Amino acid sequence: MQFKKTSSPYLHNNQNISLVMLQVIYALIPGILVYSYFFGWSILVNIILACLTAVASEALMLLLRKRPLAFFLRDNSAILTACLLALALPTLAPWWLIVIATLFAIVVAKHLYGGLGYNPFNPAMVGYVVVMISFPQYMTQWLQPHAGLDLSQALQYLFLGELNAAISLDSITSATPIDSIKTGLSLNQSISEISASPLFGFWGGAGWEWIAAAFLLGGLWLIYRGIISWQIPVSLLLSIVVMAGIFYLADPQQYSNPLFQLFSGGTILAAFFIATDPVSASTTPKGRIIYAVGIGALTFIIRTWGGYPDGIAFAVLLMNMAVPTIDYYTQPRVFGASGK
Amino acid sequence: MQSKHKLFNFHGGLHLPGHKEISTGQAIGDVFIPSRLVLPLQQHIGESSEATVKEGDPVLKGQIIAKANGYVSVPLHAPTSGTVSQIIEQPVPHPSGLSATCIVIKPDGKDEWIDLDSSADYRQMDPSALRNRIRDAGIVGLGGAGFPSFIKLNPGAKTAIDELIINAAECEPYITCDDMLMRERAEDVINGIRIMKHALQARRCLIGIEDNKPEAHAALKDACSKLGIDDIEIISIPTLYPAGGEKQLIKVLTGKESPSHGLPLDVGVVCQNVATAAAIYQAVTYNKPLISRIVTLTGEGIKQPGNHEVLIGTPVDEWITYCGGYHDSIKRLVMGGPMMGFNLGTDKIPIIKTSNCVLAFGEGEADAQEQQAMPCIRCGACMDVCPAQLLPQQLYWQAYARDFDKIQDYNLFDCIECGCCSYVCPSQIPLVQYYRFAKTEIWALERDKKKSDRARLRHEFRLERLEKEKKEREERMRKKKAALKTGKDEKTKDSKKDAIEAALERVREKQKKSQTQTKNIDNLSAEQQKKIDDIDARRNQEQKDSTS
Ligand code: SF4
Ligand code: SF4
Repeated sequence: MQFKKTSSPYLHNNQNISLVMLQVIYALIPGILVYSYFFGWSILVNIILACLTAVASEALMLLLRKRPLAFFLRDNSAILTACLLALALPTLAPWWLIVIATLFAIVVAKHLYGGLGYNPFNPAMVGYVVVMISFPQYMTQWLQPHAGLDLSQALQYLFLGELNAAISLDSITSATPIDSIKTGLSLNQSISEISASPLFGFWGGAGWEWIAAAFLLGGLWLIYRGIISWQIPVSLLLSIVVMAGIFYLADPQQYSNPLFQLFSGGTILAAFFIATDPVSASTTPKGRIIYAVGIGALTFIIRTWGGYPDGIAFAVLLMNMAVPTIDYYTQPRVFGASGK
Repeated sequence: MQSKHKLFNFHGGLHLPGHKEISTGQAIGDVFIPSRLVLPLQQHIGESSEATVKEGDPVLKGQIIAKANGYVSVPLHAPTSGTVSQIIEQPVPHPSGLSATCIVIKPDGKDEWIDLDSSADYRQMDPSALRNRIRDAGIVGLGGAGFPSFIKLNPGAKTAIDELIINAAECEPYITCDDMLMRERAEDVINGIRIMKHALQARRCLIGIEDNKPEAHAALKDACSKLGIDDIEIISIPTLYPAGGEKQLIKVLTGKESPSHGLPLDVGVVCQNVATAAAIYQAVTYNKPLISRIVTLTGEGIKQPGNHEVLIGTPVDEWITYCGGYHDSIKRLVMGGPMMGFNLGTDKIPIIKTSNCVLAFGEGEADAQEQQAMPCIRCGACMDVCPAQLLPQQLYWQAYARDFDKIQDYNLFDCIECGCCSYVCPSQIPLVQYYRFAKTEIWALERDKKKSDRARLRHEFRLERLEKEKKEREERMRKKKAALKTGKDEKTKDSKKDAIEAALERVREKQKKSQTQTKNIDNLSAEQQKKIDDIDARRNQEQKDSTS
């Protein structure tokens, strides 16, 4: 009898990229639901728009690059990028802002660098930073909690850029909590004065603290499932806590407390879902820790002293750049190699 | 005693579904004698054996049919009585499906033994006599690698052996031949271990057995107490693939790490497999050579899976037919386990000394490699499970880029090809295939380099010799001329002498001519020389090929 020949091993754990990506997307769902509970339909509409753009541009790029279309579209990676991007962008964003950010993420940051697995920079963060630099005025419009729009309003705003005469944009939008601390401090207010505003919740930004908690839940599930490793989120969060803690203890009226740092802005989302993007992160055990600590520290520095409202995107991209060097110097000791 | 032993961890590893119950249902099946036995001359690592019989010779069971050829080699014995029908090239179990010289025996059905020497007591034999007996019995490592066992029992006078470690882990899924051996022949195993311990003068002896084999563990324990042995520790280790990897097992049991690029011997450890131990007992005590082994036949493509005692040389197809044949669902045939074994393109190949398992996968069973690979997403899953603590995705990139220098910086040769990395890779990249490819390429390059080095050396020697000869010739000429000159000066004085001188001169002239002729052959044009060298090289290569 003759048989087909392939090479061992013949067993596999049946994990594959599209399943991995899909599980990460599942883990985002609780956070997305809580998000839309506090801020209305806009986020869902944004996510759908980003996903459609991502899939269309991914398909186009695959065609142009003559790659098997169905095979790569099934990997779900474009959809994940789109979800993360939509979650990072302001809730009230015009459609073209979302489309431009997504196009940059998929076309430039991903495919022009060689497609899945070859991109040195996190695509979602590239998209975010591009619009952040190009259209800064749109990046500060955030909804107030429970001032959310219903579906028709959300669509109307998204595509027409205006609302019913009954609602004025100013009455429902505001800066983010992190941003308002920054502006407040520059006006010589103390932290306790600033955080008396209704923008602040129990331990983080109002509404945002619960969204972050839901993302935390999803992130822990990913660790439990073995989809992501604990090193990156834990070291990232720890480094923020330590840095924020030192400054907070030194001067509680000038610096917000560590808990606030963790639960406002995109800290949790970034720690569990963005910094853990395997392609652009460090891969060695020690390297992962250095990479994550770097992101945490840079985030805190940019947030506290930098000119942008939230520094996570920049921190991630800066550390992406350092990855090859980190990987090179943190190779693990080979079994039986001398000198532990 | 065994419960107190401190265990260590190795990095990574996998919890794999065992699938062992498929083949542990019934007792080890009896030997059957197939219609022909095909015995490759090379069944071990090292030099292949040299046939001592010719076509048409009658042979008896246990008779040597091929002798050891060099130190790293062992003899080969006839597994049953019959006639040598052919000595020819046949397909042998090998990943690349190659053919090699085999002695084919047609059994006569009488199964008649040669006269075996009377049995011996190992305690009366010194280690070197023991080793000779083990070599003469043709015993090689039965765990898979097939290294001649007597060499491992010869650590050299200077090396003290702290631990003799017996590998009873059998960590790869599906395979159960060692498990069944221990259950049914535990005393052989224990006795074999005592012989090895004696030969090595090892300080202590540890048996490492995965905790998924409680029956085998109990059987070993019973055998020890029955034989009144208390200096062998039987240690249950967690079931974690590849705990049966030699270096991994040593780490788990002793905490010692055999050096990268080194041997267990470097840390005072010798590791042997349980089946080898049992074979050594038979060889030393009853002088029985290695002519059969226990092989697992399993997988969903097999009608009646189980373990059998199989004569070395039994063709796989005949054996499987004897055992009830294939299921219709049979899709793929593997020799060895599902993680480290290799595909057989055909079942018309023999069982050899290192064959521990024949695995017939059915439809849908273990078709990991059918998936199309995605690009590497650098997830690091491969690194997390690598027991050699390598960076598999880096190895993959270098192999992909064919950068064979860089890949060795990433310690390619520490890779034990366990397959853990491929198993977890979400991109379904056949990583191990890349490593095997890289290793083969590097070996080939090194062979080529050695060859060209040798050719270069030969060339240089030749130039040197020519240079020397030329100098000598010139020297001779100079002397001759000087002599001639003095002769000419005296010419006028003595015409008789002159005549003699003239005759001599003619002779010299002749000599010189013949010398110039040799010179002609010596001073070949570069092109001619290359041709000759090429022919030489080819001839050498052919000689080597026919011996290997
Ligand atoms: S497991 Fe596969 S995809 Fe992940 S890093 Fe290793 S080779 Fe790349
Ligand atoms: S096959 Fe090699 S690289 Fe892969 S896990 Fe095993 S030892 Fe590591």
